Amino acid sequence: MPNQEPSCQDAILPHILIRPNRSASLIEGISELWQYRELLGFLAWRDVKLRYRQTFLGVAWAILQPLAAMLVFTVFFHRLAGISAGGRAPYPLWSYAGLLAWNLFAQSLQRCSESVAANDRLVSKVYFPRLVIPCAAALSAVIDFLVSLLVYGGLMVYYGAVPGLQVLMLPAFLALAMLSSLGVGLWLSSLNVRYRDVRYVIPFLVQLWMFVTPVVYPASLMPEGLRVVYGLNPMVGVVEGFRWCLLGEASGLWAMVLTSILVSLALLMLGAWRFRSAERGFADYI
Amino acid sequence: MSSPANEKVVIRVNGLGKKYRIGASQPKYDTLQDAIVRSAVKPFRKLSRLGRSGTPSEAFWAIRDLSFEVQRGDVLGIIGRNGAGKSTLLKILSRITEPTTGQAEVWGRIGSLLEVGTGFHPELTGRENIFLNGSILGMTRKEIRTSFDQIVSFAEVDRFLDTPVKHYSSGMYVRLAFAVAAHLRTEILFVDEVLAVGDAQFQNKCLGKMAEVAGQGRTVLFVSHNMAAVEMLCGKVLLLTDGTCGGIGPSAELVPVYLKNCAVQSRERLMSGQTRCIRSVASFNAQGVATSSFAAGEDIRFDIELYAKERITYPRLSIGIHTTWGVRLVTIHTDIQNNHPWPFEGTRRLRALWRGNRMVPGRYRVDVAIWGPDREIETLPGCLELEIAVADVYGTGALPDPSFQGYFLADASWDI
Repeated sequence: MPNQEPSCQDAILPHILIRPNRSASLIEGISELWQYRELLGFLAWRDVKLRYRQTFLGVAWAILQPLAAMLVFTVFFHRLAGISAGGRAPYPLWSYAGLLAWNLFAQSLQRCSESVAANDRLVSKVYFPRLVIPCAAALSAVIDFLVSLLVYGGLMVYYGAVPGLQVLMLPAFLALAMLSSLGVGLWLSSLNVRYRDVRYVIPFLVQLWMFVTPVVYPASLMPEGLRVVYGLNPMVGVVEGFRWCLLGEASGLWAMVLTSILVSLALLMLGAWRFRSAERGFADYI
Repeated sequence: MSSPANEKVVIRVNGLGKKYRIGASQPKYDTLQDAIVRSAVKPFRKLSRLGRSGTPSEAFWAIRDLSFEVQRGDVLGIIGRNGAGKSTLLKILSRITEPTTGQAEVWGRIGSLLEVGTGFHPELTGRENIFLNGSILGMTRKEIRTSFDQIVSFAEVDRFLDTPVKHYSSGMYVRLAFAVAAHLRTEILFVDEVLAVGDAQFQNKCLGKMAEVAGQGRTVLFVSHNMAAVEMLCGKVLLLTDGTCGGIGPSAELVPVYLKNCAVQSRERLMSGQTRCIRSVASFNAQGVATSSFAAGEDIRFDIELYAKERITYPRLSIGIHTTWGVRLVTIHTDIQNNHPWPFEGTRRLRALWRGNRMVPGRYRVDVAIWGPDREIETLPGCLELEIAVADVYGTGALPDPSFQGYFLADASWDI
């Protein structure tokens, strides 16, 4: 909080007011986050660096995970269960595009939710805006995403598929996926400080969420009547958006994307607000 | 938001209080189940409460109604017994935790060092940890880069910069961690007991660095149990007693007051049987008479009774003789004067004989501490007081009285 009063020493010195029930203002939170952007980068870098340290395959895991999932989907859902992509694109390519979006979201959500409790030492011994922790965790998921995106490039070459200009919209959908995962992740991460049960609920939640997202099956499989409710899941718009960017296939995309934007913004506001009001007690409860 | 009335005030604390709930009502962390059960049971509990008296959650004020000011350039020592609220105060001022009442205002960038090596990761190399830790402590990448060489040379880890710190010796680890923190450039620095780590040589180096920081006109709040360090570094101290201000003023005045309080409390605990392990401490003269007055040159025998419910495999006991302002002069230690293990459980009596003490006449305080294999079990600061009386130790008829300079009477002679 900068001090505007000229009587106070050097104008540059920040003035910090410490009192009970610090404001949980979101704008303040964001501006603090910006001030600490270097730390945000460092923590995300640390997470990436540590994730694959002492593993034999290293960063290759970021590639292998979605690749293996794609193979499993292709064999079980496509070949055996007969689910098709519902478009011209080959099923493996189609499912990998969906998995890209989904993994980004799921990883970001998972890491975000566990981040604050996992960094208990930092929380109880140093001050910095607490928002930095979950945001850095979410950011580290983007790095993995970028690696697996490279593999998608390889797959496109293999299938001879060329993305259209709409691929330029990919960052927008990436941002949308991050917004939704942060919204839920912030809320869960603050809850996890008080109730470590959250850690056990997350894998289940993620799995359940995947079933209501068109990752293994096309959204068109959903009956018309349910579409509106279905669209409330912000990831429906994101996954369909990813497929549109990478494969150029979409039906009724924009209504879904619009709902997705609104819902994820609402989630983010809610999550950030919950986080900001809970962060006051982090050091006491962790 | 008010500006300080005095231009030089950089920290102003006003009516600060912090309440914690203790007891079963606040476990380390709740589980969701507890919360669900609680909320389900709540209506019933209200009913049952009609029958018996409720158990209100017990509140504990770590800090209560604390007010003080710190001027720019002050090096303020914060002293007090364990649980007096020293660390809580630093945590509130560092914005790690929120106060329950009152407010504090701080003008300037804050660097807080509540622990050595916060955020250090064993898998990362020394170089990586310097950047990460520096950034966590609030330094910019540019600042870290500028002080990088100084940090490395201060920590003496040049050759291991690219080795993961998990391969470091604990000494190297601590040195590196302190070095990063010591190069923080904030106007205000909070330091909590970090000097209690590392070997004696490095501790001295840290103290030197702290003195240097203090000399740069920065404001430092320094929490420590090491009174010698407090006296050396801090012109002023804030004495905390049970979370309230027990006085703020020159360290030369308050440190002896604090040490005296400690001693009084140690003796009270011994007398009322509230101690954990040390049951009694007494001193005897050569004739076997219990006394606390000795002549210079006389033998002093300490009898100590210990009690341990569970077996202590590797106990270590130390008797420390201090001046009234807290400087340790003599250590009598089971690890040094006796070097075979003495595991025990139940009651155990020990006897230490200090032959022909050569203290300068005056009053001295005795600390007794018992350590287990890996940690301190109990310390009773000042549980005994010794009065060394003037005596003709040299047989010359010249008496070294309490005004005699120095602490010890040398076993010396002249050839003139």
